[in-house]
Amino acid sequence: MSVSAKDSYQKLKTAAQEKVKSLNDRPVVWVGTATCGKAAGAVDVREFFKEEIEKRGLDVRVMEIGCMGHCYAEPLVIIAKPGHPRLCYGYLDEGLTRRLVQDFLEGDDPCYEFALVALDPNDFFPTFTDFPRGVYEKKIILEDCGFIDPESIDEYIARDGYEAVAGVLEMEPEEVLRQVKASTLRGRGGAGFPAGVKWEACRKAAEKTRYVICNADEGDPGAFMDRSILESNPHLVIEGMVICAYTVEAAQGYFYIRSEYPQAVRRVNNALEQARDKGLLGNNILGSGFNFDIEVFEGSGAFVCGEGSALVSSMEGEMGVPRHKPPRLTASGFRGKPTVLNNVKTFAYVPHILRKGVEWFKNTGTEKSPGTAVFTLVGKVTNQGLVEVPMGTTLRQLIFDVGESVPNEKEFKAVQIGGPSGGCLPESVLDTPIDFDSLYDAGAIMGSGGLVVLDEDDCMVAIARYFLEFTQQESCGRCTFCRLGTKHMLDILTAITRGEGEQGSLEILQELAEDVKNGSLCNLGGTAPNPVLTTLRYFGDEYEAHIKERRCPALMCTHLVAFYIIPQKCSKLCNACVGSCPTEAIYTRDDGLKAINQEKCVKCNSCLKACPPEYNAVVKLSPPELVEERERENNK
Amino acid sequence: MSAKVTLTIDEKEIRAANGDILLWTALENGIYIPNLCAVKEREMPAASCRLCFVEVEGKKKPVTACTQPVAEGMVVNTRSPRVDRLVKTAFELLISDHRLGCSKCPKNKSCELQKIAKERGFRLKSKRLKRLPKKEYIDDSAELFIFDRSRCVLCERCVWMDRHVVNSGVLGFSRRGIERSVTTFMEKKLAQSPCAGKCGKCVEVCPVGALSFKDKSERENGSPEGP
Ligand SMILES: Cc1cc2nc3c(=O)[nH]c(=O)nc-3n(C[C@H](O)[C@H](O)[C@H](O)COP(=O)(O)O)c2cc1C
Repeated sequence: MSVSAKDSYQKLKTAAQEKVKSLNDRPVVWVGTATCGKAAGAVDVREFFKEEIEKRGLDVRVMEIGCMGHCYAEPLVIIAKPGHPRLCYGYLDEGLTRRLVQDFLEGDDPCYEFALVALDPNDFFPTFTDFPRGVYEKKIILEDCGFIDPESIDEYIARDGYEAVAGVLEMEPEEVLRQVKASTLRGRGGAGFPAGVKWEACRKAAEKTRYVICNADEGDPGAFMDRSILESNPHLVIEGMVICAYTVEAAQGYFYIRSEYPQAVRRVNNALEQARDKGLLGNNILGSGFNFDIEVFEGSGAFVCGEGSALVSSMEGEMGVPRHKPPRLTASGFRGKPTVLNNVKTFAYVPHILRKGVEWFKNTGTEKSPGTAVFTLVGKVTNQGLVEVPMGTTLRQLIFDVGESVPNEKEFKAVQIGGPSGGCLPESVLDTPIDFDSLYDAGAIMGSGGLVVLDEDDCMVAIARYFLEFTQQESCGRCTFCRLGTKHMLDILTAITRGEGEQGSLEILQELAEDVKNGSLCNLGGTAPNPVLTTLRYFGDEYEAHIKERRCPALMCTHLVAFYIIPQKCSKLCNACVGSCPTEAIYTRDDGLKAINQEKCVKCNSCLKACPPEYNAVVKLSPPELVEERERENNK
Repeated sequence: MSAKVTLTIDEKEIRAANGDILLWTALENGIYIPNLCAVKEREMPAASCRLCFVEVEGKKKPVTACTQPVAEGMVVNTRSPRVDRLVKTAFELLISDHRLGCSKCPKNKSCELQKIAKERGFRLKSKRLKRLPKKEYIDDSAELFIFDRSRCVLCERCVWMDRHVVNSGVLGFSRRGIERSVTTFMEKKLAQSPCAGKCGKCVEVCPVGALSFKDKSERENGSPEGP
């Protein structure tokens, strides 16, 4: 061996840094075009910038970045202009775009009134650490997301990217394994299985053909952490996979990405290509003699295919159906060979751990769950988006400090954590620290990081039903409990939300939920009852109200509410509700007041929205019989 | 090669070859454990019917006997309140989705569901669970046998037989969840599929009345006894 891997890497890094530097001595506009940004109109914003810059003949580059996690403020841009701190602007539209080009890029006024935050310390404008969210957040795997060009390997390398690989290639695989084990890194795909233990099992397997697979199936509705990471910093995950492959001596790896993530697929493929070009992937990586390459496999987007054995089976061309374990994938995985399957986030921690050290990693988080937790914070919370906080942060801090609490002065009711396999936790357990074990004890799971905040307007029975409907539909149908048990549970829940719950329904529901949890073949069925079990445990009174009083306390279950116009509030002169009603259920009484013909009403909510706020005359009542009562009272 | 081990099942001491599967060891020693999907020759058990739960001392939860290798000193109980509860629920779930009317079923009296009910004292009608609506689908196009999907319990035995023993690949699964069903490619009638329903090996392994030979199904018009 003439040159060491480290020397080869150093050359790459110097070249990359020079290239990045040479590009950054003129102004750059970075537009966040991860899928979340695109959905908010980032592509238009990018084009407006290009047009306006061209029109004014400015020498400014317009580049794309991924997601920095502040999805509530999309479309977002970062403007880097020499002489100013990098500034981030949110809620972009055509007007603001043109203004920024004119005033800031052409002129020299950074338009602070529109800036959200500065990325570099300065004397004029607050940075992330000046906000509560910045105090609680600690970014490890999202650190560069939204701040570097995901399509340029040079940017990644210039920031020490692939340095961990260079270091690892000069170590014995055993030593790498020792460090990953010592870090006690736990898998971020849901169950929290120690990554080092898994890698060791694979390494110890007698069979020498081995595979490394990255699980980017991300089937939880509403969760998009993995997509964001792949769209914002794909090289980080690739680097983690290379290190894993070196450790377990695998020659081939795969990304399993759902095909509903076309942009993630594209950016990963592009990144793989670039890594191959630089000799960081493929044969003889960094001149070390180690060979490893990665391909992308596009899944068809079934939730159950995120389960390891189903994932592997679908890659083999079979139906995506789980099988009994053991044998674990590390003994018999893809094509029957030893396979390491880890989540996107799990791999993303690995380069950091090897570069900065085991102790550094263990300094964040709790003893049993070191590191950070990444969540997609959605629902009734002000700051929606991607957040990364140290393990051990409490749910309360996450929702009320990082998320800046529930909007519209509504009352917090519950947090649904861990996706459809997770649980709904009430206010009383919000001081639970976020880590694998504490959440499990509270009845929820870490899951792969979906977190939905619910407020007083959300009916917990309907929420439980919503998640169960998802898992019931996504069940592969192989085993008795999951195929039939979830169906019976769903039927019972549907009946309850329609006011058709029977005496004894709740007991049967509870029994079935427990049996499906304990009896299912895989963890889809093993966790599907969690939303039901936790809502029964924490919100039993809401179920009772539905069954015993035919009343939905949150006024959400349409079968159990009726719309009513309060005569004392109705302005006889306004016809807004009448016009909004699609079924002509609203009529004008002889005295000029409006009223609703309940027979015709389809409970579409239009009149409630249409009634001007100064009157607020339309209300929902539950049980629906209350309407008659009110009418009788008013006619007295 | 296979060393012998000694284990205890329901207080009975039993010798078995190391690595043998508990379900078969028990059954071969006259200890009944309910099962529908188990096939001894099958390398990776389906473990899908969820009826063969037992307690193994030292394990936190009941385990399926069809996936559990025996080991030296293992202590097994085929009955416990937890086991009975799981098995009863699994059985009720299957029955809620199975066309009853046993008297008209060609498998009446040789049906595994009936056997489980008898062994464990289960009723064939559940008080707890409503019956799920079933779409009728009967394929009687093959010369030799009839496929009645509304009696199928999705044990996978016919598909395994078709794919791994007969090597014909005619039978498989389609759809998922509650819609999962045994079907032929493109849902063709059996008479039109490559095997034309000629060998009947799949019928031999069906534990219930979903696949039945035609000559036996003549009993359909038989005595009017209740299920
Ligand atoms: C129904 C079901 C869906 C799953 N979906 C995912 C998924 O989308 N992404 C994921 O990483 N793991 C998912 N898992 C967990 C995987 O089976 C597996 O544990 C994980 O990928 C291992 O990676 P880790 O150790 O890094 O967490 C799912 C599990 C189940 C039972």
